[in-house]
Amino acid sequence: MPMTKKEFRPKIIAFCCNWCSYAGADLAGTNRLNYPADVKIIRVPCSCRVNPLFILRAFQRGADGVIICGCHPGDCHYTSGNYFARRRMTLLFSMLGYLGIEHGRTRVAWVSAAEGAKFAATMDSFVQTVAQLGENTRLEDLRCKNN
Amino acid sequence: MQKIGVFVCHCGTNIAATVDVEQVAQALGKEPGVVMAVHYQYMCSQSGQDMIKDAIKEKGLTGVVICSCSPRMHEATFRKAAASVGMNPFMVEIANIREQCSWIHKDRQEATQKAIALGRAAIAKVHLNAPLTAGETPVAKKALVIGGGIAGIQAALDIAEAGFEVDIVEKEPTIGGKMTQLDKTFPTLDCAACILTPKMVECAQNDKIHILSYSEVTKVKGFVGNFDVTIRRKARYVNEDKCTGCGLCTQKCPQKKIPNAFNLNMDMRRAIYIPFAQAVPKVATIDPDHCKMLTSGKCGLCATVCTAGAIDYKQKDKFIEQKYGAIVVATGFNPIKADAFNELGYNQSKDVVTSLEYERLMNAAGPTDGTLLRPSDGKHPKTIVFVQCVGSRDTTCRGKEYCSKICCMYTAKHAMLTREKYPDTDVYVFYIDVRTPGKGFDEFYRRAVEQYGVHYIKGQVGKVSPLSDGTLEVQASDLLMDEQLKIKADMVVLAVAMEADKTARPLATMLTASMDTNDFFTEAHPKLRPVESPTAGIFLAGACQGPKDIPDTVAQAGAAASKVIGLLVKNNLKGNPCVAHCNENMCNGCSSCEHVCAYGAITYVAKEFKMPDRTIAIRRVAQVNPAVCQGCGACTVTCPSGAMDLQGFSNREIMAEVDAICL
Repeated sequence: MPMTKKEFRPKIIAFCCNWCSYAGADLAGTNRLNYPADVKIIRVPCSCRVNPLFILRAFQRGADGVIICGCHPGDCHYTSGNYFARRRMTLLFSMLGYLGIEHGRTRVAWVSAAEGAKFAATMDSFVQTVAQLGENTRLEDLRCKNN
Repeated sequence: MQKIGVFVCHCGTNIAATVDVEQVAQALGKEPGVVMAVHYQYMCSQSGQDMIKDAIKEKGLTGVVICSCSPRMHEATFRKAAASVGMNPFMVEIANIREQCSWIHKDRQEATQKAIALGRAAIAKVHLNAPLTAGETPVAKKALVIGGGIAGIQAALDIAEAGFEVDIVEKEPTIGGKMTQLDKTFPTLDCAACILTPKMVECAQNDKIHILSYSEVTKVKGFVGNFDVTIRRKARYVNEDKCTGCGLCTQKCPQKKIPNAFNLNMDMRRAIYIPFAQAVPKVATIDPDHCKMLTSGKCGLCATVCTAGAIDYKQKDKFIEQKYGAIVVATGFNPIKADAFNELGYNQSKDVVTSLEYERLMNAAGPTDGTLLRPSDGKHPKTIVFVQCVGSRDTTCRGKEYCSKICCMYTAKHAMLTREKYPDTDVYVFYIDVRTPGKGFDEFYRRAVEQYGVHYIKGQVGKVSPLSDGTLEVQASDLLMDEQLKIKADMVVLAVAMEADKTARPLATMLTASMDTNDFFTEAHPKLRPVESPTAGIFLAGACQGPKDIPDTVAQAGAAASKVIGLLVKNNLKGNPCVAHCNENMCNGCSSCEHVCAYGAITYVAKEFKMPDRTIAIRRVAQVNPAVCQGCGACTVTCPSGAMDLQGFSNREIMAEVDAICL
């Protein structure tokens, strides 16, 4: 049977800053708010710790979407880290667009520790967007494939 | 190769109901480097922790992965348990399979697969983890308070009360700050001097507190627990230890036409002066710009009359160096200059005054001895117009965008006091809004309106023009009645905005404490850490952080003091070992990391390197001070050569997690 878009389950990595978004994700859990299991979270101290190379690596390894979550601008635990992240990611995303990676596959979202519902909703909508785009093979390094 | 133990927690049914823990343990047990994988009902319980400890001892584990609740919950618990049997606590990683898995997914198969993926990521990370040790630094048991206003005084008193030494550095010849210039305080109408001067005296008499008045901080180095501060003690040409404050010199000095800054230049003082009668320390200061002896060498009268022999014309600025464990910033505020508001006539008429000037005119120790007299002709004013929000809530470049917070209240106070002292005076207050959020504040304002008959008019003053008969014509709009007003007034009082003291910006640069666009100090967290600066060891008190009234200032100063005490009672400070680290062989000395570091943790040193041809080259390389680095990782991504990495969240560790998840 041919694979249809509905059956496709994307691989999604979410980089969450320790102080706001990771706590927001925990709150979504505490409140039992469902979001797709396709999202797997990697904890980083600050959104500014997310090296563009991590995102390229993820796409190379076959991820279908990458989302970076940090504290709201102005609320960063490290004063200005999320501003760095915002600037870096704007540049990276436009470069990824140039390489043919659709804009929908990457996103930056600001989620505070008190926004469990927002975290779940953001993940829901991101997974939907990526699922609609389908599998990402553009940057995939076939040598990384196990089979 | 690591020997990793995996421990999967059931968390009762919190995890086990949706995640097949047995399957997770089985799958993770097959991962490379994993020598054991077990599941247990409550991993965080005493018996669960003992299970981990025993496994570490018996199997000689080098790394531990715990699949359980969020690391924000029990990371510390498990790390402590591991450390108790000799494992480095940073070799323990947690896979969050409760908050971020079992609790949000309903499908058992899906949740189990995700739990396995998260466990694999944690194992991949542990493989690359290195043992980390937090550095310890001793704490210098002394605090520095910068600014000797009510905020600084209160903070110093509270710190000294706890038994620690405190130095107050104040740029003026006396402590006391703006509060010394006030007449009465709202909403209790206490006499400002009566509540402040006892505190000033208490400071002077406390042997733990050292007042360094007429001094400035010129250099700050170091970090929390160990600040090295250089303080310039400006020459006051009077020996502080000898001067008795008798004031004879200040009466005999022939140079007596110098505008008195303490009274906002509304009267004159001499070249040798004591700012006001209750000054602390009560010693004279010579104004070097106006003293005949210092400028031309012809006078020396004060030295002749001084029986204590305190005058010393040869005194020079002195620089002293001190070590402090913590610093409280209390640099305070200033009213903005009213000169920019041409339409309000501040420059055209002496009878247009700012609120602080009005305060001096009402003050018994002021230029008019407390009788309200017009500055131009010394007559009693019959009609007074108060203009609020002059330069506050002003988005033009002349003023400040923020609300200055205290003006509504002090204008109500002025209006009330004026009506009480001179009931035949007509008092008008023009306002945009009246803001009275404080205990007893609204009742106070209503008293001004209802009991004292002050005319409050919602509207703005458009123009104040001096008339030929010496009065002022005030043109204004009344928004509620929708009409234009013209009032003939004898005096106009401008409630000008508050701005941060001009010394705050250079000081913030020295302290690497961050500021907002208005030069107010930023707090570490606006709600949860309101008295700390984001830079560790720097605390904030009073109006240096934003417009504040006296009760708020005193409360904040006390809070800052308690934070300082909490820091100073420690003998050693344990650092966070997850800090940036520079690979000096790769560093090209470009300074990018230094520029992004919000904490000033990165400096550059010249180092010798052996080149392949056995010559020695000297290169500039980055050095991270682990005591200052907060571990955000901004530098690691900025570094163009990839020399900078973050311990505990290294590039390789995070990449390994990415790989494991994408598998």
